[in-house]
Amino acid sequence: MTSPAIRVDNLSKLFTLHNQGATAIPVFEHLALEVMPGECVVLAGESGVGKSTLMRTIYGNYLPSGGGVHVRHNGAMVDITQAAAHEVLDIRRRTLGYVSQFLRVIPRISTLDLVIEPLLENGVSAEEALDRAVTILNALRLPQAHWDLPPATFSGGEQQRVNIARSFVREYPVLLLDEPTASLDAANRAIVVDLIKAALAKGAAMVGIFHDLDVRDAVATRLFNVSDFKAAA
Amino acid sequence: MSLTALSTAESVPADVPLLRVAGLTKMYGHLPGCLDVSFEMRAGEVLGIVGESGSGKTTLLNCISGKLPPTCGSIAFNARRHGLTDIYALSEPDRRRMQREDWGFVHQNPRDGLRMRVSGGANVAEPLMNLGQRHYGAMRSATTDWLGRVELDLARVDDKPRNFSGGMQQRIQIARNLIHNPRLVFMDEPTGGLDVSVQARLLDLLRELVRDMGLAAIIVTHDMAVARLMADRLMVMKGGHVVETGLADQVLDDPQHPYTQLLVSSVLQI
Amino acid sequence: MTAPPTTPNAPANSEERYYNYAYLDEQTKRMIRRAILKALAVPGYQVPFGSREMPVPYGWGTGGIQLTAAIIGPDDVYKCIDQGADDTTNAVSIRRFFATVADVATTEDTGAATIIQSRHRIPERPLEDGQVMVFQVPQPEPLRGLEPRETETRAMHAYAEYGLQYVSLYENISAFGRIAGGAGYPVLIDERYLMSPSPIPKFDNPKMDMCPAILLFGAGREKRIYAVPPYTRVRSLDFEDYPFEVQSWEQCCALCAATDSYLDEVVLDDQNNRMFVCSDSNHCATRRAQGHAGPMAGHSLAHLDEEPAQ
Ligand SMILES: Nc1ncnc2c1ncn2[C@@H]1O[C@H](COP(=O)(O)OP(=O)(O)OP(=O)(O)O)[C@@H](O)[C@H]1O
Ligand SMILES: Nc1ncnc2c1ncn2[C@@H]1O[C@H](COP(=O)(O)OP(=O)(O)OP(=O)(O)O)[C@@H](O)[C@H]1O
Ligand SMILES: [Mg+2]
Ligand SMILES: [Mg+2]
Repeated sequence: MTSPAIRVDNLSKLFTLHNQGATAIPVFEHLALEVMPGECVVLAGESGVGKSTLMRTIYGNYLPSGGGVHVRHNGAMVDITQAAAHEVLDIRRRTLGYVSQFLRVIPRISTLDLVIEPLLENGVSAEEALDRAVTILNALRLPQAHWDLPPATFSGGEQQRVNIARSFVREYPVLLLDEPTASLDAANRAIVVDLIKAALAKGAAMVGIFHDLDVRDAVATRLFNVSDFKAAA
Repeated sequence: MSLTALSTAESVPADVPLLRVAGLTKMYGHLPGCLDVSFEMRAGEVLGIVGESGSGKTTLLNCISGKLPPTCGSIAFNARRHGLTDIYALSEPDRRRMQREDWGFVHQNPRDGLRMRVSGGANVAEPLMNLGQRHYGAMRSATTDWLGRVELDLARVDDKPRNFSGGMQQRIQIARNLIHNPRLVFMDEPTGGLDVSVQARLLDLLRELVRDMGLAAIIVTHDMAVARLMADRLMVMKGGHVVETGLADQVLDDPQHPYTQLLVSSVLQI
Repeated sequence: MTAPPTTPNAPANSEERYYNYAYLDEQTKRMIRRAILKALAVPGYQVPFGSREMPVPYGWGTGGIQLTAAIIGPDDVYKCIDQGADDTTNAVSIRRFFATVADVATTEDTGAATIIQSRHRIPERPLEDGQVMVFQVPQPEPLRGLEPRETETRAMHAYAEYGLQYVSLYENISAFGRIAGGAGYPVLIDERYLMSPSPIPKFDNPKMDMCPAILLFGAGREKRIYAVPPYTRVRSLDFEDYPFEVQSWEQCCALCAATDSYLDEVVLDDQNNRMFVCSDSNHCATRRAQGHAGPMAGHSLAHLDEEPAQ
């Protein structure tokens, strides 16, 4: 009865490295995937098979060589690979969150402001935004002394937690998680697992990459093997 | 071109483009400046133009901003007074007024964008006077407010720009080009001549202002980090042509054109 | 205006004068008159003209001299002032020049003059119908100090884009708390052209508004002529919260007791004694002849304005 939050159709990706003798790197072809609300599909396959590539293509960060990626946005399925730039940005602002392994730091913006920003962009009042930011930073046990600092000088694990806070504070209907726990210790990993589960319970649709088997087993509702769609080299 | 009534709606309707450039070509004699450039922009969008030196970025920016009539092609802008109008079809006074009312232009060299003989404060207030504001007190407080927003020491508002550092001059230029609440701001290498630490702070400030005001901007830069930080969308130029265009992070992370790949790969990983 | 057969300067052994009547050749005068007519037709607009070399250096009134030369005739009565005074070297020289080359009567009496050439002042006595005021202008472009590009200032005049001129007033208030600018205070002519009234003090600006006389302005080096025809509105620029106002003095003229004239400060000795006297020497002398006496009327050092020994 419920309809998918993400529908990937016949998706192919091939990189052409023009400045290296036009080397072609075929990654996957004819890939199809549907993700329902409340589902956490974990991408599987050996290193280099194209898990991150698929995720970035879903996010509109990579351009596919063929096929489409439809995301439920404002009640309609929108093909993000065909959408105009402003539509993609709107989808990312309101529907589609992405936690990468690394935080791309915006210089001089404090941690607190970084976490508040996605809320303000979505029309949450300043007061409520601050409240929610404080709650999640506390939940992630990021020391309060860090909140007013830009994360540029933080440790890998601290930066990663800022990154997670930024994406989970805004309850995106669709979330893409590329190894969000890679640089976290066990205690922090457990906190993130709880956050993920809570979001799933609220009906978020997720696509994740987790190398940590404990985390994977804790959150995955289904595995999706990218290597099944490996393109012929 | 007849004058239509000044539009009361401040925001540009979402379905009308803010800017529509079609088949724009500028030749310098037989040499190409820019060739057959077409694109549209929406309100609130930030477009980055990147490319190597001599690729036609400044030429394109100057054509679009009404400073350099193109050899052929058209530039339509959604002006407050005129609606979507070919800017070169407007009479010169109408075009100049539209430039004053609806646009800002931040030059790479503050000397090109500031009046060096008048104080920083008066430089910032001038656009208000150009729009007919005649109340000193109101202008003074708007100026003070803006100098604060660009984080300039208020004690120095009455100093001449030549007594300011390059970064401070650029802040004055930015305030001067935003104080009148333009619809579109052109920036040609806005942080070009500054050293790296000053650049970073200035970029941050620009990014914040552009986001806060919902400004549309066209930023010419050859710095990919600037492009990534500021732009929603990128246009890559080479030899006067636009060779690739798309969402900024997509163009930078998955460039399609050989030239873009070269451009991106020659940047240190950030 | 046929030239008289001889002038005092003509060599004794020749029937020919060295100079054409009023110094300039007829061709040049015609060219200047055309420029004047155009200037009167477009009040406040700077008309380019072919400025000639004059027997004085630029900066000494070459623009004003050419204007006078183009309009003067033997029936005219000519007055020339510098800083309000008839007796300064420059005023005396120019007056003698026209007495010589144009055979005109000269006067110091503002009321009696038909042409009044001036640097820096408009006489206190109201100008009348039929009089022509000729101003010597060093820099005709009021916007030049703010905008060095001629193409740009021309466009600004063409489209009446005068916001920039307010920048100078703004600067003034920021620096001094009021619009201080004393001389060459910008005016708008008939609500259309922005004009620099030459370096007259802003005290004199209101005298130009709806003035019955013709006001002609000439800039020799910059090759521009502009004009304000009789009964034209002349408005000094200002801000809503800083309205235009003229200079005023706490004291009256030390010699004639005038309270409504433009005063110059005169240093009397090295004991720091000074007094304020009318800048318009003819106005002051006229008042004193009428019996007005200021606090220092009898002072021995107060005879600065006495008629120069010719
Ligand atoms: N921007 C890019 N340009 C060129 N090739 C790329 C790009 N991104 C990825 N690739 C190539 O695509 C293939 C898939 O890479 P991807 O990062 O998707 O693998 P992965 O499955 O996420 O691996 P891992 O588990 O190691 O993270 C690799 O061969 C990689 O080199
Ligand atoms: N006024 C001009 N006359 C002749 N050729 C010109 C003129 N201006 C630019 N060009 C040429 O047009 C081409 C594009 O120049 P443009 O200034 O637009 O490049 P750019 O991309 O802005 O370069 P940069 O990054 O160095 O500023 C160049 O080959 C340049 O030499
Ligand atoms: Mg990966
Ligand atoms: Mg350039």
